[in-house]
Amino acid sequence: MVHHPQDRKGVRLATIAAIATPPGRGGIGIVRVSGTGLGELLQGILGRVPAPRQAELADFSDADGAAIDRGIVIYFPAPQSMTGEDVVELQGHGGPVVMDRLLERACELGARIARPGEFTERAFLNDKIDLAQAEAVADLIDSASKRAARAAMRSLEGEFSARVAEIDRAVLDLRVYLEAAIDFAEEEIDFLAESDALEKLQAIAGHIEHLAVESRRGEALREGLDVVIAGPPNAGKSSLLNRLLAENRAIVTDVPGTTRDLLRADIEIEGVPIRLTDTAGLRAGGDRVETIGVERARTAIAQADLVLAVEDAMAMPPGDMGLADIAPNRIRVRNKVDLTGEQPGGSGEVIRISALNGDGVDALRATIAKIAGVAPGEGAYLARKRHLDALAAASDRCAAAGERLGEGFGDLAAEELRQVQTHLGDIVGITTVDDLLGEIFGSFCIGK
Amino acid sequence: MDHPQQFDVIVIGGGHAGTEAAVASARVGANTLLLTQSVETIGQMSCNPAIGGIGKSHLVREIDALGGAMALATDRAGIQFRTLNSRKGPAVRATRAQADRVLYRNAIRSAVERCDNLSVFQQSVVDLDIEGDRVRGVVTQMGLRFKARRVVLATGTFLGGRIHVGLQNQPGGRAGDAPSNALAERLRALPLRVDRLKTGTPPRIDGRTVDFGVMEIQPSEEPRPTMSVLSTPEVHPRQVPCHITHTNARTHEIIRTGLDRSPMFTGMIEGVGPRYCPSIEDKVVRFADRPAHQVFVEPEGLETHELYPNGISTSLPFDVQLAAVRSIAGFERAHITRPGYAIEYDFFDPRDLKPSLETRCIEGLYFAGQINGTTGYEEAAAQGLLAGLNAARAAAGKDAWCPERYEAYIGVLVDDLVTLGVTEPYRMFTSRAEYRLRLRQDNADQRLTKQGRDLGLVDDARWSTYTRKKRELDRGAAVLAGVVAVPGNDLTRAVAEATGEAIEKPASMFEILKRPGIDVVALVGVLKARGIAVDEPVVSQLEIEAKYQGYLQRQDEEIARVKANEEVALRPDFDYRGISGLSNELKDKLAARQPATIAQAARVPGVTPAALSLLLVHAKRDAGQQRQA
Repeated sequence: MVHHPQDRKGVRLATIAAIATPPGRGGIGIVRVSGTGLGELLQGILGRVPAPRQAELADFSDADGAAIDRGIVIYFPAPQSMTGEDVVELQGHGGPVVMDRLLERACELGARIARPGEFTERAFLNDKIDLAQAEAVADLIDSASKRAARAAMRSLEGEFSARVAEIDRAVLDLRVYLEAAIDFAEEEIDFLAESDALEKLQAIAGHIEHLAVESRRGEALREGLDVVIAGPPNAGKSSLLNRLLAENRAIVTDVPGTTRDLLRADIEIEGVPIRLTDTAGLRAGGDRVETIGVERARTAIAQADLVLAVEDAMAMPPGDMGLADIAPNRIRVRNKVDLTGEQPGGSGEVIRISALNGDGVDALRATIAKIAGVAPGEGAYLARKRHLDALAAASDRCAAAGERLGEGFGDLAAEELRQVQTHLGDIVGITTVDDLLGEIFGSFCIGK
Repeated sequence: MDHPQQFDVIVIGGGHAGTEAAVASARVGANTLLLTQSVETIGQMSCNPAIGGIGKSHLVREIDALGGAMALATDRAGIQFRTLNSRKGPAVRATRAQADRVLYRNAIRSAVERCDNLSVFQQSVVDLDIEGDRVRGVVTQMGLRFKARRVVLATGTFLGGRIHVGLQNQPGGRAGDAPSNALAERLRALPLRVDRLKTGTPPRIDGRTVDFGVMEIQPSEEPRPTMSVLSTPEVHPRQVPCHITHTNARTHEIIRTGLDRSPMFTGMIEGVGPRYCPSIEDKVVRFADRPAHQVFVEPEGLETHELYPNGISTSLPFDVQLAAVRSIAGFERAHITRPGYAIEYDFFDPRDLKPSLETRCIEGLYFAGQINGTTGYEEAAAQGLLAGLNAARAAAGKDAWCPERYEAYIGVLVDDLVTLGVTEPYRMFTSRAEYRLRLRQDNADQRLTKQGRDLGLVDDARWSTYTRKKRELDRGAAVLAGVVAVPGNDLTRAVAEATGEAIEKPASMFEILKRPGIDVVALVGVLKARGIAVDEPVVSQLEIEAKYQGYLQRQDEEIARVKANEEVALRPDFDYRGISGLSNELKDKLAARQPATIAQAARVPGVTPAALSLLLVHAKRDAGQQRQA
């Protein structure tokens, strides 16, 4: 290990916050905050610093002093806490709105949303994890990050990611000019006039702002647990969808292959937002349109959080169509038990229902809620929140870049733009120095 | 025969890396030998006669802060000085000097000869004395064996060097000098990854045959900057200007007709050249729509007429070179004194080095300079200093030292080399440094001189200069923080009048310095008139600190993470494949790169924060198991 003769001063890490309980309208939700010196944050939310390690009833207030919620607060001063830093747990009523506002409040007071595994990382850095725990936690981070990646991917579907990528590209183009002007000042590069650079910056800031507003309205981002109904043709998938929707939204016939494309609907089960997707019946053959439908079904299944594998209780043997391979999280739903006389209901891996008369559907709802409730790590909700934060931060840095450029600090403006790209990179991936240099050498003839 | 003396450190090569290595090693107390093919060429500038430039002068200032020779030699040899990026912010401000080759060589040679504990010997090295996986010494051309505890190899482009002009090529380490082929063969037998790079030079021109009247003139800047904090402009020799001319459509036409005899375009050269320093034929082909390319006409020295036309490096056949040169404005009657050429040479994959620049496979063997795939005198010198220092420290049983990325460009350079490797000759750019705002020219001494003193690199004279500056800055900062302008008071009115700054709430003078466009001279005037003793240079430096303060604080969290991650070591045989949750691509990359710490792993492209968390936890588990075993 490389040795340093001089002493290193400890520098404090940023305060991080996250919703520690699974998404959904559970009885209790917890927002956990970790950092060095949380006095100010506690003052801001509670108006006081609670006694260490004691559950206290408290009012959580917003910036105007209005109540967000009344709940329990537990304050763990360093080092006796899960991360080894000061930790605060705010236990409120578990609905998404309350949790969101508490998290927002923590962020207003200087926290930022934690990345997957970041609490654990802090705990590790402060020697709060022993050998046995490390192993378990590694697995947890693994599954949490896979889940977060999938959640992020889903929230990025389509337009949102395309537009962030477009903005990211515009920022890179501007950086190419600025950085080339800095590192190759003696070259004959047709550098942007300062006014052009400012104009480009303003355009970028405008695009970011616009996208942020739309995303906040939920037009560009989606959220919720993705549940896909899949299975062989005529197993009663669309009937189940209708039953869960409690309205006749899907066309139901007894002709196999009636559902040819994906059918989507949003429902809520015990407060957990659910995106329900009905898919084409999985079978080989069929016409071209149906084949495409089956293809889409498979894609949806692969991206789902949970698959309801519907089977026809009358069919012998129940067809699986290879779902085991592509959908690890699934519940077997035996439909049409009104015809076989099986006992409706059940829990765990197999639920018996009749989509026709609704028997056993409550058991299915409960099972879905349970699975949604114990899903590890973060869901689309936090992913979406982080994306919005990243956009907001990018927007702030963009404005600052404009100011620095106006003041004649090219180096500071370049730093701000680097930060803009770092924030956008949280959404669409990082641009490395090599990427940047490659663009510069590709764009300009450099070399005296 | 065996040479009777036993050395602590032997440095092979008397170029920019070798001389800094030898001086640093000797300075910290190691009994050091510098072995060179020719004492006459110690400190020779093989390529363009200039030191510094953007990113590069940052390195030179750091070398200076650590007691190196390059900055002082540049001040003694510089015949044209300029400040670059003066209007783009202090972090990227840089100094560039045109240097007289002879004066530079003399300055470096005298720095070497003045150095205690340092001997020079002229002999080509043909073999390394290696026992097992440890170096014991070297063998020279005449069979002389030198014993040493540590050996630094700084052989530049001499390993397997091959010079190309047109379709002709011949072995050579630099025009006129033989390559070190025996040594190259010996090194190729070691378990080090080796590859080829290429670089080039332009034809040199006799200044008496050039018409400067048609060229743009670029004189030295006044007041002149200096490279070393210990120098004043008075030590500079006589100043002469550079000139600028351009290629034209005819030049490009001539070059195109010669491409069928270009070693580059006919595939004879396999080595990869730098994208930022292409040959003129490269520029003409890749940027075909450009009607002209800039040519800097740089003087080679005060006592010679020879010129270095920077911007037209070429390996085209001589007849094409001559015709192309003579098509350029001012060069119509030009006489070429030396043809341009491309040179291909061996370099060793720097990922096989530790951050100390010691090779991973042979204990006691260090590599510095172009042998590691870098280009540039400054990059070479920086590595030399580090390798020489670490070789000497190791010989004395001390731990290695290397600055971090947030402490010095030297840290960025070494970390980039050993973690990312090179795909083209590596040159420093400020954009490579993510902590660029704190790695400034103006604070190189504040960043490094204290460390240099602790390491034994900094002598008393430099130390007292530094401590004086530090004292003045500390005192200035305290004074400025203590003087507070309150709206309505006399001081506020005076400051507002002199600088045009409205002061609406109480602010210290240090706070006032954060404002954009503040007139420091006027502010100092106001303060002095009121009996507050502050110097303008001190306040100017404090102005930078004030303006950058917020930015530096913002980077502190990032740096804290890096620091924490530096502490967590990863064994070379760490089992990346056993970590579920890492993509296969990432597992392969990490296994191939073998990062030494989590911090290094974080800089492997594609490593996400989530992947890093996984690595951290696994590293912890791994360390626990090691302890139990």
